[in-house]
Amino acid sequence: MDKALMINHEKCTGCRLCELVCAVKHDGISNPTRSRIKVMKWEMEGLYIPMSCQQCQDAPCENGCPVGAISRNETLNRVEVDQEICIGCRTCVSVCPFGAMTFNAIDRKVIKCDLCDGDPQCVRFCDVKAVEYVPATDVSIVKKRDAALRLKEASKKADSLQANS
Amino acid sequence: MALDRKIAYINLSTGEIETKPIPLELRKKFLGGRGMDAYLLYNHTKKGCDPMGPDNALIISGGLLTATCASATARTHVMAKSPLTGLLGSCNMGGFFAPELAWAGFHHLVIKGQAKKPVYLYINNGDIEIRDATALWGKTTTDTQWAIRDELDDQEVKSLVIGPAGEHLVRWANVMTGIKNAGGRTGMGCVMGSKNLKAVAVRGTLDIKIAHPVEAFEFNKRFIEQITSAKVNQTQGTLGTPFIWGATNSWGGVRTRNFQYNQCENADDIEPERIDEICEETMGPYHMAGCFGCQVHCRAQHKIPSGPYKGRYEEGPEYTSQGAFGGEPDCKSAETVLVGNHLVDQFGMDNLETGSIIAWAMELYELGIISTKETEGLDLRWGNDEALIEMIENICYRKGWLGNTLADGGIPASEKIGKDSFDYLIQVKGMSNLHSDERATPALALNIATASRGSDHLRSRPAIDLYHLPEKVLRKIYSNPIPYDGPLSSEHTEYIGKPWQVFWQENCYMAVDCLGICKYHTTFLGATLPNFEDWPKVIYYNTGLELTPTDIWEIAVRCNTLERMFNLREGLKRTDLKKGDLLNHRYFDEPCRRGALDVIGKKIDRKKFDAMIDEFYGYKGLDKKGNIKPATLKKQGLAAEPSHVL
Repeated sequence: MDKALMINHEKCTGCRLCELVCAVKHDGISNPTRSRIKVMKWEMEGLYIPMSCQQCQDAPCENGCPVGAISRNETLNRVEVDQEICIGCRTCVSVCPFGAMTFNAIDRKVIKCDLCDGDPQCVRFCDVKAVEYVPATDVSIVKKRDAALRLKEASKKADSLQANS
Repeated sequence: MALDRKIAYINLSTGEIETKPIPLELRKKFLGGRGMDAYLLYNHTKKGCDPMGPDNALIISGGLLTATCASATARTHVMAKSPLTGLLGSCNMGGFFAPELAWAGFHHLVIKGQAKKPVYLYINNGDIEIRDATALWGKTTTDTQWAIRDELDDQEVKSLVIGPAGEHLVRWANVMTGIKNAGGRTGMGCVMGSKNLKAVAVRGTLDIKIAHPVEAFEFNKRFIEQITSAKVNQTQGTLGTPFIWGATNSWGGVRTRNFQYNQCENADDIEPERIDEICEETMGPYHMAGCFGCQVHCRAQHKIPSGPYKGRYEEGPEYTSQGAFGGEPDCKSAETVLVGNHLVDQFGMDNLETGSIIAWAMELYELGIISTKETEGLDLRWGNDEALIEMIENICYRKGWLGNTLADGGIPASEKIGKDSFDYLIQVKGMSNLHSDERATPALALNIATASRGSDHLRSRPAIDLYHLPEKVLRKIYSNPIPYDGPLSSEHTEYIGKPWQVFWQENCYMAVDCLGICKYHTTFLGATLPNFEDWPKVIYYNTGLELTPTDIWEIAVRCNTLERMFNLREGLKRTDLKKGDLLNHRYFDEPCRRGALDVIGKKIDRKKFDAMIDEFYGYKGLDKKGNIKPATLKKQGLAAEPSHVL
């Protein structure tokens, strides 16, 4: 079944453990610049948003790659880079609308989320479930339910306002 | 590798900067973090040095495990001679600063000298630059951090800063990073202010190679599970530390009206459930935040719900703010606690010291020792929320006679105020106690009396003593890694067995402070959390350093002795009420007036307490006067200190 990374930034505590485990899992090294996932922060508002590859269906990185190093892996439902073909031109970095394609300046190569071949470690370590790995169809269902819940609360409030009037 | 991280020496008078590797032999003796800081402080300061002069050494560090694949190792440690106590100055904070420092290539910074004008340090991947901070002077702690990011055009920079309190040399000004992470105690922000050092900004993208990455990775997963499965940490992750205030207050362990009562009554508005409600109302259902790599996430996000500061974003309050701006001055409004908490974070001053000293002033006002003459019209009566908030600002900016006097710290203030004001000051070694009341708990009383940085709970408090754990559980914890077959008691009002517990905790906390681990991840509030037996693997997998539980214990014992050496060198005497291991007479003379049946009426028995100190000294290898026996120094490999290796 198609699975996708689902990020619920409201749940994120901003701890950046996902960045640490991503770097250590892939490279055996602690260094967030090696991480494929990155928590963007607005500390003054207490807002933390983890950013990672969306594994786009019509992926700008794939479309833009001049040497055809980027392709779609249908089995894992991911966009992947063939490092043998990649020339390190960073076109993918510049065209990615999410900033999810990263250039690792230490190893001089582009890196992106590979979903840890189907067992994403950021998901395994995120205790608050701000990052989850779910059947692709569930992503919108979860969001629908959240939005519906907000409507439900709003209508409850409206009822009580009417009752009070 | 973590072991490759360097030390940097920065002289702000001359502008000289030197970096050096840290020899493995020293690592094996002092590990890193607080332990290595103690070595550096002892070696880089001379007896009697002026805490606010150029010769004081300000040492900033991360722990040995900081930024490795070991969770919750984000602690930053700061050490110097304290301008508040004249003894050991030492504070520890969470956040994101220490990992960034490690990725920038450093574990320890030793800062000496005094800049002619305001400066800040910018450390970027091994390079260190002293930059002009004139434009930052006067800014609050958060404004300073954001201004540095804008100036350097890098939003990933992490800074450790002082606020206006540090600039005005408030003796207990703290150092801050992020919104609320505070190196609060003993006035390390005052030392920074005296050096004209507004901030240390770091940015690091250097690799830290993990010695055995696969093992470190899986072990970390197990470690996290052990930590998050503890009920106490699940509660921390929901309510933050306010839950501790709620629990101890209902039982009768919270100082109220300075030291007149031990329970704050009718205080529903500042109970943890109410604070949580405010967090939820202002930040939504997911309002907890965490330090680097930590799954406990104990920082509660909120906005101030009402009043002149309405809408300001803050994190916390910690239980210490409920004590400092709630129980101690007998103010009972959530808004006051949250505003007080916000102001001290913004000004960069220790919440515990601030609340304690204002509560002391309120008691002096009630007793007529000070009057509206000294307060310049301010009505410092108990529960006057507006006066409390005004006093916080007066102290920070040294406004008025009283603000300026209190800003110098409790003991100097008591000398200036005179009469018998000192008798009412709840302090040890010149540092105010936190809000807890230890009269019903001799173990906790022993802890605050003997803690190396003054009256403090984070140096040796056997907090699990309050849980009435079965003796066999206590024995399992306290008999490792060093066998102990002496008495142990499940009863918190007892005196027997407690000196060993305090000694064991002192070494446990020193070890975590050397490793950079947060205390919520060890035997502090939870009896099932990791300690000596669990650390060798995490150290070996991440750094390659092979140590046994006993090795770690011995390192911790050595580092504690070194802190004692520093304190003795600077004048600590067992029976000195201002610089010794002694409690205020009220602990022995005034019984608890409120609380549960096992609390009410309790006070500390002086004779039994002295016997506890004797026993505790025995474990530490001290003589009856509290001095270190020569044989102890020899046994612990400290006879040649200061050895000036680093």
